[in-house]
Parts: sequence; structure tokens; C-alpha cells
Amino acid sequence: MSAPSPQQAATLEVIETARPPRPLIEEVKERSGAEISRCYQCRACGNGCPFVTAMDYTPNQVVRLLQFGMREEVLKCKTIWVCVGCHTCSSQCPMGIDIAAMMDALRLMAVEEGVAIGKPNIIDFHEEVLKSLEKNGRAHKLSIMLGYKRQTGGWFKDVDVGLKMLAKRKLELFPSRVKAVGEITDLFKCYWRESK
Amino acid sequence: MSRAQGIDRMDFSYFPGCSLATTCTESNQSLMQAAKALGFNLIELPDWNCCGSSSAQTMCKNLSLGMAARNLSLAPAGRPLVAMCPRCLHYLRSARECLKADPERRRELEESFGRPINVDIEIIHFLEVLVRYGLDRLSADAKRSLKGLKFVPYYGCTLFRPPRLEKDRYFQGEMENVLKALGAESVPNALSYRCCGSFLSATDPEIVAPLVNEIIDSAAAAKADCLITACAMCQLNLEIRNTRKTRLPIFHFSEILALALGAEDYEKWFVRHIVDPRPVIRKLAKAA
Repeated sequence: MSAPSPQQAATLEVIETARPPRPLIEEVKERSGAEISRCYQCRACGNGCPFVTAMDYTPNQVVRLLQFGMREEVLKCKTIWVCVGCHTCSSQCPMGIDIAAMMDALRLMAVEEGVAIGKPNIIDFHEEVLKSLEKNGRAHKLSIMLGYKRQTGGWFKDVDVGLKMLAKRKLELFPSRVKAVGEITDLFKCYWRESK
Repeated sequence: MSRAQGIDRMDFSYFPGCSLATTCTESNQSLMQAAKALGFNLIELPDWNCCGSSSAQTMCKNLSLGMAARNLSLAPAGRPLVAMCPRCLHYLRSARECLKADPERRRELEESFGRPINVDIEIIHFLEVLVRYGLDRLSADAKRSLKGLKFVPYYGCTLFRPPRLEKDRYFQGEMENVLKALGAESVPNALSYRCCGSFLSATDPEIVAPLVNEIIDSAAAAKADCLITACAMCQLNLEIRNTRKTRLPIFHFSEILALALGAEDYEKWFVRHIVDPRPVIRKLAKAA
């Protein structure tokens, strides 16, 4: 096809397309080892995922978005946060794509790039866990849950379960702590919250 | 490793992890009882820390690696490191593989801890210890019969699924093998591998409740007396997120194992359960 003449180009509408798919798919592959380009949309992952009803895109749709290079849609979606990494998709994929590893990589990319998080309450929870780990070296469930409730404001949601757990002494009042907690604090120096 | 070698080596480093150390101490206590009965010496890793869990994995890869690596730096060479929590097992093994492949990162971490990190360490689940011990010996050690106990083996999602760890051994079917050797009856046609909801149980219970209900329903439909889990978090989620009237007791694998091996202090584990398992245990005692 010959190039349009200057007059033609002036009248043609320029169509914005998504960025070329290669860089994004390569980046995710490099981070996760998942061979995303192998996917032919059989939807085994979407059908097997126990959490699919809480997602905005099924896992196979996330793969498709990646193949199309639609970075923003992928990094802002709920799906990557609803995924808990149970690996059902990875074990069912006939093409051997480690979809759970792909989700791992996408969550990290969303955090690092500072995009609007599709399901912010989940990142709030992870932050609370990390606060507890930074302070104690171990997870202290009571302070994690209280911190999480403070962040999300759902004080009265789920109170019955919390009380039952307290009554059965499943929520310890005091944390179990690492003695050399300085070694743990040092590890947190790499954490993005500190570097910003 | 040959079985003969396995029998001789009874010393193990032991990584309890946060859940077993706090929320689910009954799992830890019963595991210790079972180990004592079988002559395994589980030596707790001195000053261990959280494996990093899903939260570090989600938020920062270096942090996640560092947390797991510190634990590996605390493990003495010459004996395997045993974990009971499948997620801890997964993150510890992932870190070992990662450090093997990245000597520079390993050197940095060794410098920061002031200790070497043993990347050749064997990291195994407690089920592997039992397999090495041998099922015939195990059934000979039984003090109480589990005859008549119909259980669903509930593995959850992590114990043999993550493909990144394909090189390691998996434990599909081992819980049934062990418990059948002790006289219990496995109910195969229920949801044994369906994910329990993991941390969504804390953040989004409305997503998790229907999943848990489905798991419990499948066990009830299969006429099981109880579910026996390989994972402490699964045990908790299956107990607290079941919103049905049907309530089946959920046991930690180690509790039933220790019970069969003659442990006496099971009452204090069972009072910590949210679904009271004592009727099932009484029925078992009556049948014996």
C-alpha cells in the first residue's frame, strides 16, 4: 500500500489504538514466567476459578487484555486483587500458563506504578499485615484486624465472628515477637512505602 | 532418599509459622504430641519470623524474599526443615529456589544477616516425615482406633498445586493413606481441593461464605462426620465462614493423628474449636 499523500493524511481521522502488545506481554512474562501468548481462550481458568463471580474480568479475559496490550485496564481491574493465588487456574490451564504467577506480577506492577487499585480494601489489609510484620516480625491477627477496621471503617461488620474468636482465645491480645526484630526492620528498607 | 535413611534421621528443624504459633495453637500442640509419640525430634527454628505470607508477596518481592530467607539463614545444615502450614512451605521453598538462581541477592542477604544461607536445605511438609517413617510402623504405633470415623481429607489449595515448585514432592492422597492406616474411613467424593477463600475471609466474608458453604455441603452430602485439614488457615475459614445450619467439625490433621497415637490432652485443643468436635469424638470412643 502506498503512503497517503499530504492532502489525504489531513482528511483522514487518526485512530488511537492501544500500545503495541509486545512490551506489556513481555514484561509480565519476564516477571512471572507465565507464557501468556500461548492462551487460546479455552476459558478453563475462568470456569474453574472459585472467585470468578467477584471479579470484573475472568482470568482468561485478563490474559486477553494483556495480549492486546491494555495496560491500564489490566492494572486497574478488580480481578488481580480478588485472586488469592490458589493456583486452580494454573493447574487447569491446558497450555501450562501459570496464571496465578501472572496475577502476582500484575499486583506488584499495579502497586509499583501507583495506579488506582481496583479493590482498595484488599491492599489496606495487606498494608496492615505488613505493619504488624515490620513491628513484630510475625503476624498479630488482632492488631491487623483492628487496623484494617480503622482503615475501612467497617467497625460493626463481622463483629460476631470476631467475638467468637476472642472467646475461644483465637485472637491473642499480645503479639508473638521476633527477638532480633532489627533484622526484620532492615528488610523493610527495600519496601516501596519507605523509598517514596 | 531411601526409606532406611529416613528412619535413622529423626531430628528436624521445625518452622511453626504465625497461625500455628497463635490462632491455631491447638494444631501446634497436637503436632508436638504426635511427634513425641513417634520419636521425632522437632526442633523449633530459633527466633523464626513470618514467612512473608501473601501480603509481602503482593506488596514487595524483595521483602517477601528477605523474610523467607532470614528463616533459611536460621536453619542449621544437616537436618531437613519441616513446616506444617502449606503457605509457609510454599514461600520458604520459593525463596530457596530464588536464592539458588540469584547468588548476588543471596550474598547481600547473607551480609545483612551476618549468617550464611543454606540453599541446599531440604524443606518438607510434616506429611513427608510420616511417609518416610512408614505407614506400617505408624499403624503399629496407634493407641486408639479411628475405626468408624468418616472424614473428608481437605487439602485446600497450596499443598501440591503451585507449578513453580513442580520439582518438589507433592502430597496428594497422603492424608488419606495415613488416616486409613490408623483405621479411619476416607470419603472421597467431596470438595477436597477447593480453595477456602484465604485472606478474603478477613476482607470480604460475603465472597467466602458461599464457597465455604459449598465445601461443607459437599462433605455433608457425602455423609462425612468431619473434615480434616492440612492447613491451619483452611481450618479457621471453614469454621468461621460456614453460614449453614449444617455444621461439621473441622479438625487439624495433627489433632486426629495425635488422638490416634494416644494423646491425652485433646480436650484443651477441642475447646478452642468454634464448631464443637466433641460429639464426634465421643461417638468414636463409644464405637471402640
